Amino acid sequence: MSPIPDKAHSLVHVTDLVVDFGETRAVDRLSFTLDRGAALGLVGESGSGKSTVASALLGLHRGTGANVGGEVRVGGIDVQEASGAELRRLRGGKAAMVFQDPLSSLDPYYAVGDQIAEVYRVHTGASRRAARARAVEVLDRVGIADAVRRARSRPHEFSGGMRQRALIAMALACEPELLIADEPTTALDVTVQAQILDLLHVLRAETGMGLLLVTHDVGVAAESVDDVLVMRYGRSVERGPVREVLGAPREAYTRELLGAVPRVDSPREASAPVRGDVVLEAVGLRREFGRGKRAFPAVDGVSLTVRRGETLGIVGESGSGKTTLGRMLVGLLDPSAGEIRHGGDPSPGGVRAGVQMVFQDPVSSLNPRRAVGESIADPLRARGEHDDAVVRARVRALMERVGLDPAYYGRYPHEFSGGQRQRVGIARALAAEPRVIVCDEPVSALDVTTQAQVTALLAELQEEHGLALVFIAHDLAVVRQVSDRVAVMRQGRIVEQGSVDEVYGAPRQAYTKQLLAAVPALDPEAAARRRTARGELAAA
Amino acid sequence: MSEALLAPEAGTGATAPAPASGARQFWRRLRTQRAALVAAVVVALLVLVALAAPLLTAIEGQDPGTYHPDLIDSGRGGVPIGSFGGISAEHWLGVEPQTGRDLFARLVHGARVSLGVAFAATFVQVLIGVGVGIAAGLGNRLVDQVLSRATDVIVAMPLMVLSLALMAIVPSGFPRPVLVALVIGLVAWGSTAKIVRAQTITLKELDYVAAARLSGWSTWRIARRELLPGLAAPVITYAALLIPLNITVEAALSFLGVGVKPPTASWGQMLTSADVWYQAAPQYLLLPAGALFVTVLALTVLGDGIRTALDPRAASRLRIGTGQKREGRA
Amino acid sequence: MTGFSPGRTRLLRGMTGFSPGLTGLLHGMTGFLLRRAAGALVTLLAISVIIYAVFYIAPGDVAQITCGPRCSPAQVAQVSEQLRLDDPVYVRYRDFLQGIFAGRDYSTGTGTEHCAAPCLGLSYQSDQQVTQLILAKLPVTGSLALGAMVMWLILGVGTGVLSAWRRGRVTERVLTAVTLAGTATPVFVIGLLLMIVACGQLNWLPFPQYVPFTDDPQQWAWNLLLPWLSLALIEAAKYARLTRASMLETLADDHVRTFRAYGVGERSIIGKHALRGAFAPVIALSANDFGSMFGGAVLSETLFGLPGMGRELVHAVKVVDLPVVVGMVLVTGFFVVLANAVADVLYAVADRRVVLS
Repeated sequence: MSPIPDKAHSLVHVTDLVVDFGETRAVDRLSFTLDRGAALGLVGESGSGKSTVASALLGLHRGTGANVGGEVRVGGIDVQEASGAELRRLRGGKAAMVFQDPLSSLDPYYAVGDQIAEVYRVHTGASRRAARARAVEVLDRVGIADAVRRARSRPHEFSGGMRQRALIAMALACEPELLIADEPTTALDVTVQAQILDLLHVLRAETGMGLLLVTHDVGVAAESVDDVLVMRYGRSVERGPVREVLGAPREAYTRELLGAVPRVDSPREASAPVRGDVVLEAVGLRREFGRGKRAFPAVDGVSLTVRRGETLGIVGESGSGKTTLGRMLVGLLDPSAGEIRHGGDPSPGGVRAGVQMVFQDPVSSLNPRRAVGESIADPLRARGEHDDAVVRARVRALMERVGLDPAYYGRYPHEFSGGQRQRVGIARALAAEPRVIVCDEPVSALDVTTQAQVTALLAELQEEHGLALVFIAHDLAVVRQVSDRVAVMRQGRIVEQGSVDEVYGAPRQAYTKQLLAAVPALDPEAAARRRTARGELAAA
Repeated sequence: MSEALLAPEAGTGATAPAPASGARQFWRRLRTQRAALVAAVVVALLVLVALAAPLLTAIEGQDPGTYHPDLIDSGRGGVPIGSFGGISAEHWLGVEPQTGRDLFARLVHGARVSLGVAFAATFVQVLIGVGVGIAAGLGNRLVDQVLSRATDVIVAMPLMVLSLALMAIVPSGFPRPVLVALVIGLVAWGSTAKIVRAQTITLKELDYVAAARLSGWSTWRIARRELLPGLAAPVITYAALLIPLNITVEAALSFLGVGVKPPTASWGQMLTSADVWYQAAPQYLLLPAGALFVTVLALTVLGDGIRTALDPRAASRLRIGTGQKREGRA
Repeated sequence: MTGFSPGRTRLLRGMTGFSPGLTGLLHGMTGFLLRRAAGALVTLLAISVIIYAVFYIAPGDVAQITCGPRCSPAQVAQVSEQLRLDDPVYVRYRDFLQGIFAGRDYSTGTGTEHCAAPCLGLSYQSDQQVTQLILAKLPVTGSLALGAMVMWLILGVGTGVLSAWRRGRVTERVLTAVTLAGTATPVFVIGLLLMIVACGQLNWLPFPQYVPFTDDPQQWAWNLLLPWLSLALIEAAKYARLTRASMLETLADDHVRTFRAYGVGERSIIGKHALRGAFAPVIALSANDFGSMFGGAVLSETLFGLPGMGRELVHAVKVVDLPVVVGMVLVTGFFVVLANAVADVLYAVADRRVVLS
């Protein structure tokens, strides 16, 4: 086919793309172009259709029952019209994709090197030996140490970050002109995320390939691309250079989105030290999992106090033991050693009404087969309140308080959005009239705008009831936003504890510094500074 | 498409079960499957026939036990007199070679045995399996280990061998159909227990169970209110697939001559001696074989349909994308 | 990459490619093998306890039941003596175990008979040693099981792969219907029909008769063809469904999406990645089925008149020859446990995550 000159210049040319899944329109008349060597970020909240666009670029909707309309050209190939063979050449050859979850994106049964070699052979017809050599070469290129040996490993023998590197290596194998990265760092810890973003940065500079980065995280986009396209409900909201869109957004939605993003460097009113009574105290908590030789401590010697009316933030990466700690604080898990005191009295163990929890996953934290009103009523009924009218009245009041329509008493969880379900969870915790609520990643499954609403609600409730909150999260910016004091956890221990201003403003521990340096910045210049700082920290 | 909602720690173990699948949703999903509907009708008819067996034979004017020596040709080794194995207005499906017993009556009475034994055996299996599975899933380490090991042992024992062996030690006075049902039930509860244990463990790790504990409910109440409803779907699914299997096992035991004993009619037992007569009275072989085939097939198709209706994800799995519905927003 | 035999390609690549060789794999698996063997032993012991408890400590007149309804009072007394019913239960069980591991002596009418380990007792019908009895029948059942398994694996996995490959098309619908019919047909029905048609009507095959492999391999196979076929047809339906279901499940996995997104062809995705996902369940199921065959070929042995263990068991049940019944059950259990242990090891070789976790 003879490519139309105008379209040949750009690497990706999307015109009036429409994708329908049955009745649902996921992408609605979207048009954009991406020049060779340029980097574009597709940014949006869940349901904005950004991942659908990424799949459409490789024709991955073909044969799935999705209805695709409009025109998509990648590297001069009309994806809609291309034959099966043409499409296969495009996929991985001209444009390669990196997926969100690096563990499930690799075949668990084959060596990583073999998987890369397979893709290389498909596109080049190289010999097995040459393909394997190429696999080692690209693995080495993405920073896998001892690539010759590690090429033989199966995916489960790699850490999360290494797996994502391996996927990027697979993408590089055939030297594509375009790299499509669909939430490449969402499943990773913040320090690993920074490494992967740095790697993408370096590779782009070296190879000159174009990058289409799909992300919900504005900070990640700011770190990595030149232009951003903000999407909502399958439509384009705003497009422009990163600096303009993020620095001076024209559209109301972009402003709302940016306003909701918590930052580690925004100005913040200094919080006055809270002088309330100690309501919850942990002394030398330790918890082991496994037995015998395999036993390892998930939490090891943690002591902390929580006062009335204050929020203690607990921040840490995956595997730091923060969830285990939270479960011990509410009595769902018995400590192997150490004790928990409530208002000065040692706890006999087990749960108690005064300490409640808000869970991370808004899906699994509500029984799908029970009306939400009944879930909220649980603590009341368990306490011995038998008068149905009293219970219902109280539940309705609670629902109203957390911003839910009391008429939804009899509705089931699947009828609610994630944010609404989290409100139900908060109402249920409140129903027990607790003194302390432990929130375990309460907003990490939510979109940023919803996140902001939920954290605001928690703050209001804290004010009203004089609640003490323990806010457990991996997101340093969220913790900074909501907490008075913060504890940084690593490998089951608290490495640094202090007021938010101390810990974020003048961190003492190298690990805390490393964490803070890894947080993506919204401002491209700050991002560049952070990148340099990371380099220095790594060198030190 | 599922947009990236997942945060680093989103995978902390809990997988939520399918959203509330009320009875109405279940019927709606079942109704969309034509094969399952046909199977359901067939099964309903079979159950009806089994229940109404005495009535049906009374209409025919026969009973399964009476010998009709006048209807068989003893000179030719007991072949039924008349064409097609002695089909007539009195004997709708002809008579049995050698004895002259009415085949229609034996067939419909055989349906009673087949379905009755299969349903009863499944009931026993589910009862034991659910009990053991929940106890293992909720119990402490020791309870779990003992019960799991016992389950392993039961699963390791081939059903046919153990059922056969148990038949040997039971006094002959025991009513055979009840015995067959009991033996199958007592021998083959292992896989049900395994499924229930696994599901119990999955469910009890879910946050909503933790939330119920924080509410202050007792373990018993949590098991009843939060766990049991979640177990219903997998147990029903599995039970639906056990029933056709049990029909086959009953037929096999009777075929071997250690299951249901004469004069009680049973399809498996009818097949035992049928092979010699396939030329003279083919329906003597084909009727019980066909009845078995149709029953097992209908129950299997219905079981598959029930599974699809209870686990719609299994049905809609084959998509490249993660074709979940868009989520509304808060 | 090549076709439908990932096992072979994997092993081949094991020599030259990235995947570690078999020796390297087994190295460091010693601990796993030992643990697995110990587990199997515990299960076997548990089985023996249960079997012993059920059959020898049952309520009622044990000697009478054990000996059978046709025994004379003198015989009953002899059985009572042999089983030493007056001894405490644990002593009797210990003797039973001792017989299995070290052998034991039986007093017969004329003197004592030594029954060498593994001794499973004496038959009440023939006074033959149960171990000898079972050993004599083992080759028949073994031949039946082995041939049938080869056939059902080829037929079943082949059909499963085909219907996963042609999913959504007419081929798949036809295959689904056929396999469904297969699962709904009891083995004795299809065996009966096959025998009538192939041996009776068309004279294609002989009415099966067991000819030892060592005597005449050709006749051995020719005679067993029908039993193999009828067993395999039924089992294959199960395997086809399992293979298809596991492959479809794998096809919905994220990693398959990755390979599609990298332009890897459908042939390789089906034949390599999806089929690999069906490996473990197929291995596990065939191990279990193969083990059960040693007792579970009851139906086909009875139907085709093959003098195997299953037929012996039915006979023993009918005449209430308890030592033979117990011996049969134990040996069957042994084979099932053994087959499962082998399957676990195979599985571990195929997927090292099992060993590591």
